[in-house]
Amino acid sequence: MTRTALVIDDSASMRQMVTFTLSEAGFTTLEGADGQQGLSALGRAGKVDLIITDLNMPVMDGITFIRQARQLPICKFTPILMLTTESQEARKLEGKAAGATGWLVKPFDPEKLLQVIGKVVR
Amino acid sequence: MTEQISGQAVGGEQFLTFTIGAEEYGIEILKVQEIKGYSAITPIPNAPHYVRGVINLRGTIVPVVDLRARFGMSEEAYTKFTVIIVVNLGRRVVGLVVDAVSDVLNVGEQDVEPPPPLGVGVDTGFMTGLAKMGERLVLLLNIEQVANLEESVLQTA
Amino acid sequence: MRIDVTRFRTAFFEEAVEHLATIERGLIELERSGGDAELMNEIFRSVHSIKGASGSFGLNDIAEFTHGFESVLDRLRQGQMRPDRALTTLLLRAADILSGLVRAAQGGGAPPAGVGEVRTELESLLSGSGGAKGPVPVREDGGHRKEGSRFRISFRPGRDLFRSGMDPLLLLRDLENLGTISDVELDRSELPALALLDAEACYLAWQLTLVTDQTESAVREVFTFVEDACRLEIVALPDQAGPVDLPAQVERRTPAAESSIRVATEKVDELINLVGELVIAQAMVSEIIDGFSLKRLGDLRAAIAAMARNTQELQARVLSVRMLPVAMVFNRFPRLVRDLAEHCGRVVRLEVLGEDTELDKGVIEKLGDPILHLVRNAIDHGIEAPEERLARGKPAEGRLRLAAYHEGGNVVIEVTDDGRGLDPQKIRAKALERGLVKPDETLTDDQLHALIMAPGFSTATAVTDVSGRGVGLDVVRQNVESLNGSVGIESRSGEGSTMRIRLPLTLAIVDGLALRVGGQTFIVPLLAIRESFRPRPADLKSVFGQGEIVLVRGEPLPLVRLHRQFGIGEAVTDPASGLVLVLSSEGTSVGILVDELLGQSQFVVKSLEQQYRRVDGVMGATILGDGRVALILDAPELARLALLREPERDALCVSGERA
Repeated sequence: MTRTALVIDDSASMRQMVTFTLSEAGFTTLEGADGQQGLSALGRAGKVDLIITDLNMPVMDGITFIRQARQLPICKFTPILMLTTESQEARKLEGKAAGATGWLVKPFDPEKLLQVIGKVVR
Repeated sequence: MTEQISGQAVGGEQFLTFTIGAEEYGIEILKVQEIKGYSAITPIPNAPHYVRGVINLRGTIVPVVDLRARFGMSEEAYTKFTVIIVVNLGRRVVGLVVDAVSDVLNVGEQDVEPPPPLGVGVDTGFMTGLAKMGERLVLLLNIEQVANLEESVLQTA
Repeated sequence: MRIDVTRFRTAFFEEAVEHLATIERGLIELERSGGDAELMNEIFRSVHSIKGASGSFGLNDIAEFTHGFESVLDRLRQGQMRPDRALTTLLLRAADILSGLVRAAQGGGAPPAGVGEVRTELESLLSGSGGAKGPVPVREDGGHRKEGSRFRISFRPGRDLFRSGMDPLLLLRDLENLGTISDVELDRSELPALALLDAEACYLAWQLTLVTDQTESAVREVFTFVEDACRLEIVALPDQAGPVDLPAQVERRTPAAESSIRVATEKVDELINLVGELVIAQAMVSEIIDGFSLKRLGDLRAAIAAMARNTQELQARVLSVRMLPVAMVFNRFPRLVRDLAEHCGRVVRLEVLGEDTELDKGVIEKLGDPILHLVRNAIDHGIEAPEERLARGKPAEGRLRLAAYHEGGNVVIEVTDDGRGLDPQKIRAKALERGLVKPDETLTDDQLHALIMAPGFSTATAVTDVSGRGVGLDVVRQNVESLNGSVGIESRSGEGSTMRIRLPLTLAIVDGLALRVGGQTFIVPLLAIRESFRPRPADLKSVFGQGEIVLVRGEPLPLVRLHRQFGIGEAVTDPASGLVLVLSSEGTSVGILVDELLGQSQFVVKSLEQQYRRVDGVMGATILGDGRVALILDAPELARLALLREPERDALCVSGERA
């Protein structure tokens, strides 16, 4: 069974890298450029197996997205990884409090990404 | 040419040869994109006489040069053997009308001689050398020069 | 799995350009208005985004430079610094450097000058208010290793573990990846009676022994995501070897610049749906044709009509993929105007309107230079110095407006200033000197204004300031015309000028009329066609035995015989047995003589220039239904050719007939 991942980032190149890596790892991917688009993608897709979201985004930031996604029954136990930078230690805690499963520190490369995904997805 | 030791073919370079009248010419095979049957050519206004016009090569508009006209030879009506050799020069794609395509020739370094001085009126700038293969004599073309349709060249042409 | 990150750089470079534009526009706005939280967030986000992505794609120069830049912006955003002129100037320089670094990474050139200097300045600002953080760690691979360590691990997750999307089994598996697990004990002591059990809570705990070549911190790392929500004990058991360093390797490669378009996923989805419909329609046609009988003719018609609708829709959507907002060009102007105004000693307020107007990507890319020319011209020669403006009763601050809007099938781009305007008398004097007008010729102001775009005029001197330097407005005209557009001028002496660039919506498609001359088919854009008629002999007059004129309801228009202009044999030479097509463009009209009209359709415009070169009177080529190539006529150019002085036209005709 193929697994589905939702990738939310306002940077198209980052989205491209993450989705490419995920599809190489056998995921079907959905994308959103901000939290709002992420929520509507979730609405369209129903359940996904993994969510990766940036934090700093226009329209709806990642923390708000995580908080809202966790309210959805389909996302109650879905692993959510947030993309942060080393200078955002406080945001990490905020994200965890909002319901994030883990985080990935930018910059990262595909290997690192897969390694972290392995921590949260079977 | 004599300095150039080819890595593409064992013992030399491959040339596509074709005829115009009784003469045989060769083009480096790596520059040849395809060989195409003669098809309707749309004339272009105010072009030099050897630019016959343009053809549709799978959606790209490609200019066609008549080599007889380009070399200042008598012009002949196109026949069913007339073919267009499409050369790819990196930045440009150009079609060349020739009488007929012969074959692909392996030309070794030792077979090539520099273009001989041919006196007034014969532009040897179009040639890179002369390949002698037994009885056969093949004129190796400087195809960049032959297919050069830059505006500056056209105006003086 | 090994994935080469350089493949994502193209997308990165594209978005970096957009971010750089946002940064620059933001900084200028910041300088102008002091800015609000949202603006500062926007600038910060763009720099932040470049930093995160560049590091991930191995572009370390960029990642390192953005670090200090980002930190300063962060301070600014948090109100710890004030955006005074000195700071915004430094930040703008930093933006320039960043832009240069991106270009260098893209094109493989040298990094811009002053990288270190600006970086030091940024960092000194940071140390002045709390100390900079260290440079960005670029990759996190490599590290210390130990051979054969043994750890006893006790892990008791918090009750809410599942609710954060975590699965404890994954943690155990992760541990297993580090080495060998033994002596696993499951602790179920906290598990309540079934009636009290919350199915979403975690009650289990584990103890195990791990033999690994990793360090304790690497083992602890497995639990990073749950550290704050569990009780974790890791005890090292005896027998440890020394650490081994494995340095990280970062690969570098310079990609070739590619031309690509970023397309919203919705647009792609729409295209996929449409293609799906097309496939269905095509299957229907095939089905009807297999074992076709006349009874099914109606079905066939309907199926083909559906297919035609789909194809048309698809064509429109595919073309919309090429459309980009004109903001891509306009965005660079706030900065340019600021610098130009400063350089010329002017005070200029820039207004930008209609930046969402979309144009073909090919047009957008070639529009920058012409607009820059016009803007530079307006600031340098149009808008007066503040003192002069005050003396003329104008506000000291000059107004410059960049606007884009739709009009008919065109997009119009205007550059308007409220400066001194064009002086028709000076233009006339200059044109006389250049031999562009005859002394006894009477010209309206508009006709005189148009002369500044004439070849050979502006190369000599600028119009608005006759003693000034040349501004090359004919170059603007040429650039715009190469995009099948036109340039118009409106000006009032003392009040200002408007330069109006008119461009076709898309380069890729044209509504046209096919016509025949001799054995050849030509296409004329519909927009240029005013009317067509069969002239009576009395409608035709010759001039000096050479030029020809056709009377259209009494109005004399130059007549171009296409067969003569293009040297086509076997065409209709007697106008009375052919047709005259009246073409109009930019106020100039011309009649062209053709054999017959073939019908109207949409044509995909292909470039002749790409493989060949520009041809006078021809804007491009298209491929007809039967696969042949037809040339598309350039109406304004034909009109211009018709207006050339006789000798010049003769020269063209002669060379045309040579072919």
